Formats: sequence, C-alpha cells, structure tokens
Amino acid sequence: MADETKNPPRKRAAKKAAPKKTSASNGKAASPQTVPDAADFRMYTEGGHTHESLGLEKDELLEMYRSMMLQRRFEERAAQMYGRQKISGFLHLYIGQEAVSTGTIHALEPTDPIITAYRDHGLGLARGMTANESMAELFGKIDGSSRGKGGSMHFFDVEHHFYGGHGIVGGQIPLAVGLGFAGKYKGTGAVAVGFFGDGAINQGAFHEAANLAALYEIPVLLVCENNGYAMGTSVDRSVSQPDLYKQAYGYNMTGALVDGMDVFTVYHAMRELAKQAREENKPALVEIRTYRYRGHSMSDPQKYRTKEEMEAKKNEDPIIKLKAYLIDHKLADNAQLDAIDDEVKAEVNASVEFAENSPYPPLETMYEDVYVQEDYPFIV
Amino acid sequence: MAELQFREALRDAMTEEMVRDENVFLMGEEVAEYDGAYKVSQGMLDQFGPKRVIDTPISENGFSGMGIGAAMMGLRPIVEFMTWNFTFVAFDQIISNAAKMRYMSGGQLKVPIVFRGGNGAAGQLAATHNNSTEAFYTNVPGLKVIAPSNPDDAKGLLKSAIRDDDPVLFMESEVMFGMKGEVSDEEDYLLPIGKARIAREGDDITLVAHSKSYWLAMEAAEELAKQGYEATVIDPRTLRPFDTEAVIDSVKQTNRLVIVDECSPYGGIASEVAFRIQSQCFDHLDAPIARVTAKDTPAPYAKNLIEAWMPTVDEVIDASKKALYVN
Ligand SMILES: Cc1ncc(C[n+]2csc(CCOP(=O)(O)OP(=O)(O)O)c2C)c(N)n1
Ligand SMILES: [Mg+2]
Repeated sequence: MADETKNPPRKRAAKKAAPKKTSASNGKAASPQTVPDAADFRMYTEGGHTHESLGLEKDELLEMYRSMMLQRRFEERAAQMYGRQKISGFLHLYIGQEAVSTGTIHALEPTDPIITAYRDHGLGLARGMTANESMAELFGKIDGSSRGKGGSMHFFDVEHHFYGGHGIVGGQIPLAVGLGFAGKYKGTGAVAVGFFGDGAINQGAFHEAANLAALYEIPVLLVCENNGYAMGTSVDRSVSQPDLYKQAYGYNMTGALVDGMDVFTVYHAMRELAKQAREENKPALVEIRTYRYRGHSMSDPQKYRTKEEMEAKKNEDPIIKLKAYLIDHKLADNAQLDAIDDEVKAEVNASVEFAENSPYPPLETMYEDVYVQEDYPFIV
Repeated sequence: MAELQFREALRDAMTEEMVRDENVFLMGEEVAEYDGAYKVSQGMLDQFGPKRVIDTPISENGFSGMGIGAAMMGLRPIVEFMTWNFTFVAFDQIISNAAKMRYMSGGQLKVPIVFRGGNGAAGQLAATHNNSTEAFYTNVPGLKVIAPSNPDDAKGLLKSAIRDDDPVLFMESEVMFGMKGEVSDEEDYLLPIGKARIAREGDDITLVAHSKSYWLAMEAAEELAKQGYEATVIDPRTLRPFDTEAVIDSVKQTNRLVIVDECSPYGGIASEVAFRIQSQCFDHLDAPIARVTAKDTPAPYAKNLIEAWMPTVDEVIDASKKALYVN
C-alpha cells in the first residue's frame, strides 16, 4: 500500500481484558467485573494559561480581541436590523460563544477547512469574511457572500476555507469528515474542523461520521459547541451521556473537554488536538462548553433558563475576560482597546450602509448557481 | 361553531383523540416542556403528563422509527416534526418502514401512525427550510397524505388520521398556524380522508389548490369574478388518495383547469392532477391544463427572489385568463 510509509500502522486500542474472576467468598456466583479500557480523554478546563506560555505575541492578542469584538458588534447590529425588518427569516446569534471561534481560528492554519451549522456568523467573521459581505447577505442583497441566496444560516467563504453554514441539524458533520478525507487523500496536511451544537450530537449523522473519521483515520476535529441548550431543550434532558466528550470512547478516538469561555484555553486545546490530527491522522471529538447569551433565534421567550443562570454566565463573558487580561498584563490600555472598539463599530456601521445600498439580486440570478450548465433547461 | 386558530384546531383534535384512546400519544422536538415550537401542543403536557407527551432529542430518524415500532405493537403515535424539511433525515423510516410494513408482512402488521408538522415555504428561510415535501411522499404507495387549508378541515381530518389504521402524513404550514376560522363543534367531528371540498362554484374555470395555495386560488377567484369570470375552487384536502372525481365533475362543467401547487414543478402534485384529468376527460377540455407552482430552483433567501419564486395570485389570474383565452 502506497500509504503505508506515510501512515504509521494502525494502532488499535488494547484489547479488552477478559473479565477478572473474583473469589466469591460469600458463596454466590461471581458476577463479571467491569474493566474499562483506557479511554483517551483530555481535560482542557484548568485555564491559567498566559500569552507567554502559549507563545502568543501582543499583535496576535490584539487581533483576537478585535475579532471577538467584531463578531459581537456585528451581531448586535444584525439583531437591531432584524427588529427593523431589514433582515428576515431565522437569525441565530453567536453572542457569548466568540472564544470558541476565535481561539480555534487562531490555533489552525488559515488553509484548514472549517464547517459549521446555521449559527455561523462568528466563525465566518473570525475566518475573514468581511462585515460588508456578511451584512449584505443578511439583507439578502447581491453583494452578499452568497449573492443573497443563503441568508443568515448559509454563510460561505470558500476563499477563506470556510465551507459554510448549514441549516439541517447535524448535516454538516459527515461533510467535515469528507473535508478531512480530501486533505489526507491529496496529502495537503490540512486538518478539517467540523462544528455542531449539543443538540446535533443526537443525530445519526454524528454517530456515522464519528465512526468513519476514526475508522479511516481522518484528520478531522469534530467540535461540539455545547452551549447548554438545543432550542429549549437542555443537554441533560436530551442526551443519555451528557458528558458529550465521553462519546468519543465508543468510536475509539480522543475525547476532549474544553472550557469555551476562555479564548486561551480554546486556543491551547485546539492547537494540541489539531497537531495530533495533522501529524498522526487522529481525529478527536472535542466538547467545548460555552453559552449563548441570546435566545435560540429571534423569537425565543427563553423560559427554559433562569435569570440567575444567565447573569452568572455573563460574568464569564469571554470578551471581558480577554480585555481584563490585556490590561492586567499591560499589553494594552483602556484607550487602545476603546480605539479598537470604535474601529469595529465603524466597520459594522459601514456594513449596514453597504448592505442598504447594495441592490437586490436581479430576478434572473434566481436561475444561476443551480447547475454549472448555463443553458440548463429549467421548467418555466 | 367556534372560531379557532389553526394550531388550536390541531390541538383540539389531538387532545380529543388522546382522551378517547389511551394508545394515542404525542412525541417530537419541544412538544412538551416548551409547549411546542409553534405552540400547537400548548398545555398538553400539563393535561396528559410526560408519559404521553414526550420531548425528543433532535433525532428524527430515531424517533420516527421508534414511533413506527410502537405502532407495530398497537400504539397510535402522533409524531410531530418541527417542520417537514427535517423529515429528510427520517425519510428511510417513513418510506422503507411505515409505508411498506403492511405489504411486506402480507397484512400481518399495521402501522397506525400520524406524522405531522409544518410543510412548505415559510418566508425568507432559504433552500434547506422551504421545501414543499408533499410530492415526495405522495409518490409512495402505502402512505396517505393530507394537507388541509383551514382550521375546520384540520380538526376533522386530523382526528380521522389518528383513527386511521395506516400511516398518515399530515402537512400543516408554519405561516398558517395563527390563521383563524370557524370550526365545527360537533362532538367527534370526523371528516373523510380522500374527499375534496368544493369551496366555491362557478361555471367558467376550475381552480384546484391545497393548503396555503388554496388561499391564493380563492383570492384569484374573487379577482376573476370582478372581471366577469366565475371560478370553481376545489380544495382536495387529501393528496393521497386524491379525489379525482370531484375535479372531473367540475371540469366537465367548466372545461378549463388551473392547478396551484407550491411544490417544485418537476413531478409535483400539479403534474399528477393534470395527467389524470387529461386522461379521463380529455374531450371536455377547451384549453390546455395550466399549473402555477414554485419556480424550478432551490428556494432563494432574498426577499425579492423568494417572492418571485413562490406562486402568486397574479400568476394564478394570468394562468386562468390564458386558459379562458382572454387577456
Ligand atoms: C434535522 C433538523 N431538525 C430540527 C431542526 C430545527 N432546529 C434548528 S436549530 C435546533 C436546535 C439545535 O441545537 P444545537 O445543536 O444545540 O445548536 P445551537 O442552536 O445551540 O447552536 C433545532 C431543533 C433542524 N434545523 N434540523
Ligand atoms: Mg446548543
């Protein structure tokens, strides 16, 4: 096999030890003991990283801060524009989860393909989508990233190796495995990263994809952004194993638990896991615990959670946390960070104007992008 | 008669059947504690408890199959899908198992199950969330497909669907859940599956339209009346079985037929109806049968595009006038 040299021989987890026989002193028949296999679980929950320990330079830290602010301000404005009916359909905000996108994107190579579900603005912007093309897409205008065809749930930026926003829960997870497969097949050395929600882990698509990833030793990270809820359903009401990372065990792959409210922790974890995937073709299931501050979409009364819970989580705001770190470590002062905030706001405001001024897609564009064939015989 | 919202009519139907028959239960995403994603099942958890109103994970393939298995054991599940768009994940269970179990077992088994939820386009939701799925499912022998246009039909037909011993797919619409209408307060209000409703009678042209499209047809008929043309409007209500007779009877009088159908045009409901009519009363037709459907592309997001993509009243009027040979 030509691949043999590149890929180390398959290592299977140690065979399950035969159940040990216990001496049944009480005279009853011995029941088999459970001897768990050694599971490969990694805990990235401690925190305490410094930029030095992570090898992050000041410029990159400020870039991370800027990216998180851009995601936050962009969505705050998008919510406003939804209220003014400039945006319609479903709008799912990522607010609160920005450490996940930002930490991951900075931990990856820019050419590593990523893919996610419909809560996709944060990852898109973090990967390099412009506020302009993003806002124009939300407005359904021709200058939008998908020419007004996709809307909020279907952001794509292939130039930046962002393979989309996907509307069907779980549907993108097998695609992530395919992105990783292609990288291995072509020998690009890329690691694919597929994001999905805690609700999506209950889709058959996840389980089939996880098995394929491990079976074929595909360089892919399956990243479950556990924000506690799938719409109004909490994880413990919907998943038999609510420690989601432990589901990796069944697929014989690494399971990692990551604190998603701390951008340093996410960065650290994703860098290590991406390295392992890249160098050893070892996929992993990564559960990143995070929190969405807003409702599921724009029409969610949020009766399923308490004010106290929300307040407590707001104290963990990943942006405030990074800001405090930057100031405490004298990497930036308030004035500098305010200036970044102002810049970001200006960028977002400009994007609203850009989106307003962009024309609606001409009607004939409806028939474009369905097939490559330009004169495809549509039924009209 | 009581004026009810569409969602209330559905809720009443389910509630009455659950009171009447212990074997009926409801399951689906957010149906219990959240009171339903579209509030159809509001209050039902309180009334029936968690044994009979069951929140599921987002596992359409799993819980559809579980429902079918339970039905094979004599229970009568109502499986709610948040929308029919998400049934593609459960396609195999519905088609390979629900539809074919009776046949493959030579009649030993039955699958008395109802799958229900919102179907069709519901605004700027883009390509994954705007599917009109009825044509996919009417293609499958073994399934019954119902798509009512108003609260009264919704109630009477859902009750019949729950009592039916075969799998019934019940298609509602997210944008119609709030629609109000008079609903019969007859005790045990049951409507026959497979019977069309003649909503309006006129001699000049026949319009056939179900679910949301029915309202387009009615609006077009009013406008045509102002211009001097009287339309018969037929709401088939049930798509499989389809009440072909009702359409034939009408076409024999009007000699012209327009079908309004939100499905994609290729092999949609309209294609099937047109085939039946041309083959069974060709001699009565004075004009080619016309159809108004969604456009032949995935659903776009942009406001102007999705508006152009959907069938419109104007398109129904235009198609009708063409069939009437007037401009
Ligand atoms: C197959 C499928 N079923 C149902 C839905 C409706 N739906 C959209 S989002 C969602 C909740 C998903 O929650 P989770 O995976 O935790 O992601 P989050 O919204 O928290 O980011 C549901 C049920 C869908 N889009 N696709
Ligand atoms: Mg979630």
